[in-house]
Amino acid sequence: MHNKKQKLVVIGNGMAGMRTIEELLSAAPDKYDITVFGAEPYGNYNRIMLSAVLAGDKTIEDIVINNRQWYIDNHIILHAGESKAVISIERGLQKVIAKDGTTADYDRLLIATGSKAVIPDVTGCDLDGVISFRDIFDVNKMLAYSRSHKKAVVLGGGLLGLEAANGLVLRGMDVTVIHNHEVLLNRQMDKPAGLLLQTELEKKGIKFKMAAKLKCLLGDANNHISTVNFEDGSELDCDLFIMAIGVRPNITLAKQAGLYCERGIVVNDTLQSYDPSIYAVGECIQHRGDTFGLVAPLFEQAKVCANHLSAHGVAEYITLPTATKLKVTGIHLFSIGDIQGDAQCESLCFSDSALGIYKKLVLKDDRLVGAVLYGDTADGVWYQQLLEQETNISVLRDGLVFGKAYS
Amino acid sequence: MNATILTTCPYCGVGCGISATVDEGQRQVRINGDDSHPANFGRLCSKGSALGDTVELKGRLLQPQVNGQETSWEQALDLVADSFKAVIKKHGADAVAFYGSGQLLTEDYYVANKLMKGFIGSGNMDTNSRLCMSSSVAGHKRAFGSDTVPNCYEDYEHAELIILIGSNAAWCHPVSFQRIRAAKEANPALKIVVIDPRRTASCDIADLHLAVASGSDAWLFNGLLSYLSDHDALDSAYIEAHTEGFAAVLGDYAIEKIAEHCQLNAEDVQQFYDWFATTDKVLSLYSQGINQSSSGTDKVNAIINCHLATGKLGKVGSGALSLTGQPNAMGGREVGGMANQLAAHIEFSDVDKVARFWNAPHTTKKAGLTAVELFDAIHEGKIKAVWIMGTNPVVSLPNADKVKRALANCEFVVVSDCIANTDTTALAHVLLPAQGWSEKDGTVTNSERRISRQRALFKPAGDAQPDWWIITQIARRMGFEAEFNYQNPVDIFREHAALSGFENNGQRDFDISAYAKISATEYDQFQPTQWPVNAAYPQGRARMFADGQFFTPSGKARFIAVTPRLPVNQPTIDYPLILNTGRLRDQWHTMTRTALAAKLNQHKPEPFVEIHPSDAAQYGLQANGLAHIESQWASMIARVQLTENKLGSVFVPMHWTEQYASHGRMGALVNPVVDPISKQPESKHTPVRIRPYTPVWQAFVLSRRELKITDVDYWIKSKGDGFYRYELAGDSLPDNWCDYVRKNLCNSTAENSQWQDYQDSAKGIYRAAQLLNEQLETVIFIATDHHLPERSWLSMLCAKAELTKAERMALLTGSPPVGGADVGVIICACFNVGEKTMLAAIKEKGLTTHQQVGQCLKAGTNCGSCIPEIKALFG
Repeated sequence: MHNKKQKLVVIGNGMAGMRTIEELLSAAPDKYDITVFGAEPYGNYNRIMLSAVLAGDKTIEDIVINNRQWYIDNHIILHAGESKAVISIERGLQKVIAKDGTTADYDRLLIATGSKAVIPDVTGCDLDGVISFRDIFDVNKMLAYSRSHKKAVVLGGGLLGLEAANGLVLRGMDVTVIHNHEVLLNRQMDKPAGLLLQTELEKKGIKFKMAAKLKCLLGDANNHISTVNFEDGSELDCDLFIMAIGVRPNITLAKQAGLYCERGIVVNDTLQSYDPSIYAVGECIQHRGDTFGLVAPLFEQAKVCANHLSAHGVAEYITLPTATKLKVTGIHLFSIGDIQGDAQCESLCFSDSALGIYKKLVLKDDRLVGAVLYGDTADGVWYQQLLEQETNISVLRDGLVFGKAYS
Repeated sequence: MNATILTTCPYCGVGCGISATVDEGQRQVRINGDDSHPANFGRLCSKGSALGDTVELKGRLLQPQVNGQETSWEQALDLVADSFKAVIKKHGADAVAFYGSGQLLTEDYYVANKLMKGFIGSGNMDTNSRLCMSSSVAGHKRAFGSDTVPNCYEDYEHAELIILIGSNAAWCHPVSFQRIRAAKEANPALKIVVIDPRRTASCDIADLHLAVASGSDAWLFNGLLSYLSDHDALDSAYIEAHTEGFAAVLGDYAIEKIAEHCQLNAEDVQQFYDWFATTDKVLSLYSQGINQSSSGTDKVNAIINCHLATGKLGKVGSGALSLTGQPNAMGGREVGGMANQLAAHIEFSDVDKVARFWNAPHTTKKAGLTAVELFDAIHEGKIKAVWIMGTNPVVSLPNADKVKRALANCEFVVVSDCIANTDTTALAHVLLPAQGWSEKDGTVTNSERRISRQRALFKPAGDAQPDWWIITQIARRMGFEAEFNYQNPVDIFREHAALSGFENNGQRDFDISAYAKISATEYDQFQPTQWPVNAAYPQGRARMFADGQFFTPSGKARFIAVTPRLPVNQPTIDYPLILNTGRLRDQWHTMTRTALAAKLNQHKPEPFVEIHPSDAAQYGLQANGLAHIESQWASMIARVQLTENKLGSVFVPMHWTEQYASHGRMGALVNPVVDPISKQPESKHTPVRIRPYTPVWQAFVLSRRELKITDVDYWIKSKGDGFYRYELAGDSLPDNWCDYVRKNLCNSTAENSQWQDYQDSAKGIYRAAQLLNEQLETVIFIATDHHLPERSWLSMLCAKAELTKAERMALLTGSPPVGGADVGVIICACFNVGEKTMLAAIKEKGLTTHQQVGQCLKAGTNCGSCIPEIKALFG
């Protein structure tokens, strides 16, 4: 007798969802009939490489992870495109329904709906020319503006905002980054590192307005953005406004389905939601209070989730500190862990301003708990290992900041 | 044009000949030993070899100064002459004094002594030789009736037993030591005994080291005399024919008793005595360990007694030889540079001879004040005008802080020197620029009575003048024009030689009357010769007294009965340790010249204190930590060095001054106790206490610039090859190291300087480097204690024209870059994995997919953007 396969439906054709499928296919290739719904009309692509596409270092083709043929080869049904966006999860029926009426039954459902850009709480965010930086559509729009318009304003001096600004400058636009803090990447960098970064980006032509408070966005007669107004009374001309002040988990569908959510879909250490047949991975989830915005933990989640979907059932997900890098050519930056530290922390600092090098290591109880490296990130991985493994560094301490070779 | 000029080394009393190849235009000189000079036959020590590095003009006194303002010779000389005349007129001749130096040439010394004793009419002409060998002088005079060194260096090669007593010749008379070492290598039967409380470098060739209790030498030699008597080792015929007073010197000195007094093993004492008794050719060499003592004169005589009793004196390979400390200590003695001598070894009892010869009826009839007394008199205001010539008493005299106060309060202080900034020039009203070695011209006499020429190599620096010129100019201005009408050194030398023969008739040992009519050409071509040089010995004389004829009234040598005495100030509960002081291998006196030579500063760059590990433990001292050493008179700070020397005794080097160290002047601690006969200070024995000095931070700075380091509690400065080195410590922490270092330590205003900083605040570590034009300008390492990296690699970097990136990144570790494996071009930026690393893994582990590479190296497993490049590696 042919043993009937279980049905696995995946909502979200992004990196977290598809990495889970890849892991699953390798762990239990014949366990499920898999159906994937994606709101974008492509196969699975590497979203974090969009900056490289914008900067002109890569093409869209370069960043495709799984093209449509891959789905066919692996007997995965792919429903991709705007009309295939899932609009409802019928938990009682164990069925999902897409915008165009396509349905799929599931024995197990994997939600990987990712995140949405945070929209600033000011008027004018609905004007034409005000966009976020999340997908290929956004990138294409930015590329189109760069050919016809001059002035871009990027809201947010975080990783995404700076990568967007860098790409737009490379595409010939006049770019100003506005940031609500006096230090760029202030969640990953301390002040000295942030200043070095700012100086280097300024050399690339990016302008900055730091510690800026946005007041509102004003449009022209065609309802297209034209001016950015600040609380201090100053203003900037603007043809394109990029919102990059962070993401929040995309939980609209999950909430609608009555799944327990806080900031994200709450999952346990096996990535299972409060509904035992529904799993969730990636930026849409909330695990032990944490939400996610970087790729490394997503891959780890994928591995754990696949382990449970394949019924091996032994892996547990633990959130490890994630290292940050900025994908701007020529800028070497690495940040991990608690970079500010508390009263019990000690720090080791090294700087060579002329070489544009700054390193700060934060220690607690002879363990490395945080690191900021700017300009020389060669030992980032080593620091990450020391941090993850909670290595006692007391004997390494004197040479620690100078790298593995000196410790 | 490079000329080769033969001259003599200006450092210790060995008096080595130097062959100097001079580039006058560049003011450079290549130094070689003079193969023909009998003192060294071409050998030189580290200090002599580095003379070429000390002739720079930087730091020289180039112009006369009055109260810190440069002035002309005319004005300065007038002022000095007028001031001395005024003091003499008002307070008498004894209210003025000259304080000379064994650095002065014989001609300089001669006119200084002639002016003070013959024409000013005071005995107050003393010299730093007082600190050095006045006990030997006194001992010689008591035993021989004259200040005569009986033996010579050639005896090193003939002796069968050489006894080094209170002499670390390996460091202090290195070329003599090299000759002794060579003699021992050539003749393994030659025995060497070193008698010294410290186990010094000289013990390297010793068959026996007797680590005597400090100051106990007289017991040892009295015991030896007794042993010689008991063991039938006396030369009774010699005693009978050539000596007097023998009966009084024998005492009851059992070896066990001697061993107890001297803190030695009886077996070792026995061994030494036996060797002395049974060896035919015995040569005793003694130096400051004997001389610098409150019983120094007695110790000298205790040694000489043994040689007289065995007839082992003035013979080939047999005798006693005082190793003098300075290049012209002997010359000074010859011209009467010491307050208790007149001139040409003429005693005050024969003053009319000198007075008649000089045509100086006011020649003083009494001895003047000796060094310690002389500065006490200045302190008490009795001496109101003093002229210090080429020496640094603020550093070298005992209780030196008192000397400093004395000069600070003295009405009129004149210093003639070749160096602008010394601890003593700082207190002068008038500074007179003297020519230095390499400029001045004249004669010196070494330890074996050998007169050699020091010759000028260069034109004088700035307005510097010879000391004899300066002195005669003052003499003329004081009204003695006719008597000081010398045109050049040979004029003075002729007069000096004539005086030595004046009414001599064989009564005085010092007789160089053969030179009384020496021509200028002969003087220029003067060959090193041992005095006497007279009708009887026209070629000079290697040894004296072999004939048993002495200069006492009876013509017999005198035995001197010596009652051994302990040093005056014994350790107490409050000051339980004995401070010993002495020279280092690579520094000379107060470092005014040797510290200019980078290579001489490497050996011992910082004042240190040697202490036994058990004592160190008892007083809580750590190796390489800092110690605070305190006597009743003053305190100093030095770096702790653990050495297996005598318990209860510590040693510090004598050289550091306020020019190079904030707290390194050992002279301030030394007790102002002198030998009652020789008036030589007891510099080898001062009770002290010691405790750790624990500053809250310690640091070193290496800089290509000479820094003005201010506001630091402890500092040491030394010059390196292309950089200056500072060792620092502080008692309080600055608010912000970064600011403090830039402002107080580095004080650089260079706009294009680039800074590197490293800080581990919790451990109190701060390090910084300043780079200028890719070159390391300054590097600073700060810690909470003395645990700081080695300075050697960083010192080398200071000399490099440009740092490599690897050197720059390793700079603040203090260690050279580590040779990390070449990983190749970085492919995976996330995990920093290079192409070569990947290719190696692929090959070694037989990887076939990028996933396997990822599992193996993590490469490509984060953002994945490098996967195509990883795949390409399989191509």
